[in-house]
Order: sequence, then C-alpha cells, then structure tokens
Amino acid sequence: MFTEKSVGQHVREFIVENFLFNQERTFTDDDSFLGEGIVDSTGVLQLVTFLEETYGITVEDEDLTPENMDSVNSVAAFLSRKMNSVAGSVPLDQKTVPGGQL
Amino acid sequence: MSSISMISPNILQVDAGRETDRIVARIRELVFSQLKRKGAVVGVSGGIDSSVVAHLCARALGKERVVALFTPEADSSPDSLRLGRMVADNLGIRSFTEDISPILKGARCYERRDAAIRTMVPEYGEGYKCKIVLPNLVDADRYAIFSIVVQSPNGETIKVRLSLDAYLGIVAATNCKQRARKIIEYYYSDLYQYAVAGTPNRLEYDQGFFVKNGDGAADFKPIAHLYKTQVYQLAAYLGVPEEIQRRPSTTDTYSLEQSQEEFYFAIPLAKMDLCLYGKNNNITAADLAPAVGMDEKQVQRVYAMIESKRLVARYLRSAPLLIEEVQGIQ
Repeated sequence: MFTEKSVGQHVREFIVENFLFNQERTFTDDDSFLGEGIVDSTGVLQLVTFLEETYGITVEDEDLTPENMDSVNSVAAFLSRKMNSVAGSVPLDQKTVPGGQL
Repeated sequence: MSSISMISPNILQVDAGRETDRIVARIRELVFSQLKRKGAVVGVSGGIDSSVVAHLCARALGKERVVALFTPEADSSPDSLRLGRMVADNLGIRSFTEDISPILKGARCYERRDAAIRTMVPEYGEGYKCKIVLPNLVDADRYAIFSIVVQSPNGETIKVRLSLDAYLGIVAATNCKQRARKIIEYYYSDLYQYAVAGTPNRLEYDQGFFVKNGDGAADFKPIAHLYKTQVYQLAAYLGVPEEIQRRPSTTDTYSLEQSQEEFYFAIPLAKMDLCLYGKNNNITAADLAPAVGMDEKQVQRVYAMIESKRLVARYLRSAPLLIEEVQGIQ
C-alpha cells in the first residue's frame, strides 16, 4: 500500500540511506550536497538513476547542474518542473509514482 | 591574501639543479637508509613523469641499481614502449618488457569492460575504440559526469553519457591495468631487493589521479611535491629526450587517445598547476585569474573542483585503518 510522501521526503530518504548510510547526521533541505560533502559527482549519477527509475523521467545532460541537483529542495523543484513539462497540465501532486503518491 | 602584483605565470619556476640535488640526496637516504633496499624499480611509460623519476633514481642510486620496466597491453600506444626504451637506453639502465595483456585477459578485464560499454553502446565490439571524457567544467556549473566516446571500425564516433553502472563497470575493469603493472613491479622488487618508485607529480598526488593499489602503490614517490611544470623543468635539466618533453600528457589507458585534461583535470595542466598553487597559497580567484588567463568565475570553479577531488582522494591515499594501535609497531 502506498503511503503519502512529499517528493522532498522521498529524496531525503534516498540521500540518507545511500550516502549517509542511515547514520546520525542532520542537514537541511537547502544544504548543498557537494558543499557539505554528502554527494560527489558519482553520487549525483546515482541520484540521477534513482530519479529516472523512480519518477520515469529522463534527465538530460543540460539538466546536470548544481541548480537542479545540489539540495533536497533543488531536486524537488527540478522534479516538479520536469514532470509538469512531461505531463502537460497535470500537477506533480496528482501523480502516483512507485513507492508512494506524490 | 596575496596581491595581484605578486602573481606571475612564472611563479612555479624552480632552480632545477638545486632541486635535483636535493631530491637525489633524499632518494639515497630513503632507499638505502630508511627502506634498506638495494636499488629502485621504475615503471617507465614513456611519459614525462616516469622519465624524470628514472633519471633521478639513476643519478641517486647509480645506473646499475635501477631497473626500468615496460608493461604494455593491448590498448597501449606503441609510442609508450618506444619512448620508454629510449629513456632506458640513454641512461644505460637495465630494462625488461612485460606484456600484461595475458594477465588482463586471464582476469577478464577487457571482457568486463566491453560488457559494461555494451550496456550503453550495444554494437561495441571487435575493431571499435573508446575513451571516457568529462564535460567542460570550467565555463559553466556542471558535474564531473563522464561520457563514453566510441569509434566504430569505419571511423564514426558517438558520445553517450554513462549510466552509474556502466561508469563503475568500465573504471573497475580498466583499473586492473594499473594493478597488473604493480604486480610485475613488485616481482622485480622482490627479485632484486629493490624499492618501487612511484611516479605521481603533485597534481596527480593531490587530486587523486591514480588507482588505489595500482599506480598509487609504491615505496617512495620522489616527485609528488613537484607541480607538473616543475617536472618539465627538471626534465630539461636532466636531459630527458626532447620527444618525451614535447609529448602531450596522455593516460594511455583507453584505445582512443585520451588526454589527462579530458579524463581528469578539465583544464590544461599548466593552468591547473597555477590554480592548485593559488589555492594552496590562499590567492583569491580574482587575483589569480589574469596570471592563468581565465576569468574569476572560471578560477572559482577550478578551486571548487580541487576541493571536491581532494575529498575523493582522501580515500585513495588512506592506508588501511585499524580499530586501535597495534602495540610494539612503530
């Protein structure tokens, strides 16, 4: 059964599980992944794979910028733009994705 | 912060004679006194760094106490072996050629690499060539995410951004090359009771441009404190063959010619040298920019890149970690 999660929460869980190994560490949704040493370039590639497989989007080369990928909030905003552009007028919060309803 | 008037593109000029004397004295001390070895093994690739290290070792230890190793494999440029031999012949040091292709085939390194490439380029196979490249990281805020460039037998090239699995698969397989070379170097080290000389320059050592337990493994690293431009200065002083001094830096790891800039450093090595120097000496991006021929924003990006590579390099340089100190061992 799907549980309701915000995109931000979903991304945050992915980061904590895959890069912080569920260890105690706090970071805000605006903290820079690179700046805080949480995710490096290879980690960004892993994040991209997660986003593509989970949300069914295609991340283009030109999307691979810190503006889109360097914090929980920037990833959430990027996903929102991406999915809305793919699905026309259907807003992000009405989509259902594997792992939960957005 | 340093003032702009202090920063000149010639800031990395060294007194090559004095620096050579200093390194040579230190090599003697390290090899004979500290490591208690009878000479040095140097993997000579035909590039500038290993050529300088071979010259320094021969000068420090005597030409009869240095062995040069050439370890070509299926993707190596023939120039590497030819130029490596030129260095050994000029110095009059013993040399051995060990083709590591059979080791790599036995460990299925080529097969594993090709399988990883085919996940991105299904037609990749016999007669194809490849390399992996970075995007332009200096002119815009981008991540250092690799693409693969594949050239078909009829010369057509395609470039595809690598998936995580493909990237890791290709790198893991090709890193076997540097590790296989180290197996052979330590064979000769054991045979002659020699120390293995590592050949990284400062850029490589600082930024992690080496394979852990591959070319990163050595008993001493005599030019790890020298910027690349300083290595060239020593090369000229030591009489390294002109052709090697003029040869562009290459990784000689992939079947398509691959510069170190497109694989790792993103900008020409002379500029990278100045940026690393600037960062190490707290020179602002604005102050350094004119000396390096870049704008302030570009230098800022290089500074950020240096910092992020240092984070990754920390793991590469780290010795095995212990739970606690082991008593009785200094």
